[in-house]
Amino acid sequence: MAERAQPVSPWPGIGAAALVAALILGTLAAVALRAETSGGFTPADWAALRFTLTQASLSALFSVALAVPVARALARRRFPGRRALIALLGAPFILPVIVAILGLLQVFGRSGWISDILGVFGLPPIRIYGLHGVVLAHVFFNLPLATRLVLQAWQEIPAERFRLAAQLGCNGLAMFRLIEMPMLNRALPGVLAVVFAICLTSFAVALTLGGGPRATTIELAIYQAFTYDFDLGRAALLSALQLALTAATALIALKFSRGDGFGTGLDRALRRWDGGAPAIDTFWIIAAAVFLLLPLASVVISGIAGFFNMPAIVFRAAMISILVAAASTAVMLLLALPIATTVANGRYGLVELSGILGLAASPLVIGTGLFILIRPLANPASLALPVTALVNAVMALPFALRILIPAARDITARHGRLALSLDMTKWTFFTRVLLPRMRAQIGFAAGLGAALSMGDLGVIALFADPQIATLPLQIYRLMGAYQMQAAAGGALLLLLLSMGAFWLLDRGGRWHAEA
Amino acid sequence: MLKLDGCVIENGDFTLSADIEIKAGTSVAIIGPSGAGKSTLLETIAGFRDLKQGQIFWNGQQISNLLPGKRPMAMLFQDGNLFPHLTAEQNIALGLRPNGRLSQDEQTQVQSALDRVALQGLGARKPSELSGGQQSRVALARVLVQRRELLLLDEPFAALGPALKAEMLDLVAELVAEAQSTLLMVSHDPQDARRIADQTILVADENVHVPARTEELFENPPPSLRAYLG
Repeated sequence: MAERAQPVSPWPGIGAAALVAALILGTLAAVALRAETSGGFTPADWAALRFTLTQASLSALFSVALAVPVARALARRRFPGRRALIALLGAPFILPVIVAILGLLQVFGRSGWISDILGVFGLPPIRIYGLHGVVLAHVFFNLPLATRLVLQAWQEIPAERFRLAAQLGCNGLAMFRLIEMPMLNRALPGVLAVVFAICLTSFAVALTLGGGPRATTIELAIYQAFTYDFDLGRAALLSALQLALTAATALIALKFSRGDGFGTGLDRALRRWDGGAPAIDTFWIIAAAVFLLLPLASVVISGIAGFFNMPAIVFRAAMISILVAAASTAVMLLLALPIATTVANGRYGLVELSGILGLAASPLVIGTGLFILIRPLANPASLALPVTALVNAVMALPFALRILIPAARDITARHGRLALSLDMTKWTFFTRVLLPRMRAQIGFAAGLGAALSMGDLGVIALFADPQIATLPLQIYRLMGAYQMQAAAGGALLLLLLSMGAFWLLDRGGRWHAEA
Repeated sequence: MLKLDGCVIENGDFTLSADIEIKAGTSVAIIGPSGAGKSTLLETIAGFRDLKQGQIFWNGQQISNLLPGKRPMAMLFQDGNLFPHLTAEQNIALGLRPNGRLSQDEQTQVQSALDRVALQGLGARKPSELSGGQQSRVALARVLVQRRELLLLDEPFAALGPALKAEMLDLVAELVAEAQSTLLMVSHDPQDARRIADQTILVADENVHVPARTEELFENPPPSLRAYLG
């Protein structure tokens, strides 16, 4: 029997997957061992659990309820700028949370635009902090994702169905009941589950807009147990609770969800014959665009004013962020490329599963575990930046794999036999065929990873001492010190860095790339 | 001599038995109805499929436990015979050194292979900048520098028009004659077999029939071939 021939070796990928699994499960074990010594849940912990579930449910409900009319409008209207708007719906994914929060505060905050307008009519200003602020921010981030997912489901309805329904004389409500409602019934549970799962692990939004005993998520409670009380046992206990919650939800979300919302083909407009009221669609499209663009425009406008008198500490933080993002992207690619290569080569379900473990893990739980593990050996604060880069890499890994695995599979299937028949070594196939052929996907994945890391405000808050900060953390500190102009300047800088890093890497991957 | 000794190939729910010998230096066409296992047979000889039973010998040496790249054969597939991101020269060079840089002498070999397939001066082009026929010539140039004793063709010219395909087959015949190599060629077109193959193997009814002289086979076809030819 001939040895089973493979153009690439599976072992580096298995090794990388084992590293990821060891990091996620090892920190988890460290947390779990620590949790046993603690004294059980306090009423505050239960309140955090309740708030976490409430805000995630409300965020999911509002995001999806608003996404349906927006997606419906986008599905049946063609207008100039439609492609740009749909592309814009993908942007919040790589938008730094702190930038969006600043923009939302400037629009919806106590001294924001809306409150100013209300003041003209003698009405009291809006209070954004607390549950509704958290939900508002989550809707801002997840309405676009939900819209893309629902739009995808809409576009998957074969055009023939609409033609047949039109031919039978269905219109308006009848068309909705016949075709669209069954589609929504199938698609919406998955979209709800995805948004719910995302909002469960929300940390930066709760940190900035929540807080206090009545608006604390579990992630935030972990952070507070850590930084305010330095109660590692309680942080560990909360981490275990968070983990059970995310794992259960991730399973449900995976079961329900089909597409991932990054797919192409969304720019196709369906030809329909049921007319419908253009005014309603126009309203929804404009409302969604304004809701998404206004906070960003506000950050840009206020940021330009603050840009030229930012304290030097902001630039220092920006340099640190660039370094962390570069290191994180490099680590992510070093993990993702071997894993994608291995998964593309056969049935390595466990390897793939390890790669997407990051979806169920919470960065603060990993951070807590790493803190517990590192503390006997070194001062965790001195390792704040490497730990941040590492955790960011693991969190971005699932998205990178979704991009890289299909490409690696395709290339291996197409060129694997030729490479084998030429007696190419596994390393040569990897460097001379796989890497050059995957350049566009590698660039896209690296761009996502760099932007996510650049904008991340999570583990760094757990580890950093006052001397050191990434740009998002520095902006948060400036906001806490009410230096709003410097914060706005920093936010504009962060926005430019994140989007710039994404654009540069994505473009770099496609530069002179052949078909 | 290529010998398939009591070979049984399994592919899903169908099996193929082969017990044949092919003399070195002959050109053999493999024909038969689609789905009968022509490509499966070729892939097994090339080492991309495992044998369920039996062994394959080349000149008395067992080769059925060797990896595809270690077998004494070059193969052209139905498609994907060139790497699209490498130039014609780089693609040809892979036949000499799949894993390294070429010596001066080897570079000369690549150039003369380009000359031999009438692609002088086109070595720096990528496959997308070449026509279908030119792409086939690059693949053949690589086969040329590989200097393997056996050449396996799995209908690599199927996408070309009739005249171009005939031209390529003539070129293959010339190259095979010059190198005195052995040719195994899958085809669904009796014209191809008549054009360049001295012998023809019929694959039908889960069985690889022994090679017969091409002319005689077509003049006096057995029932299963008659059914296929219609």
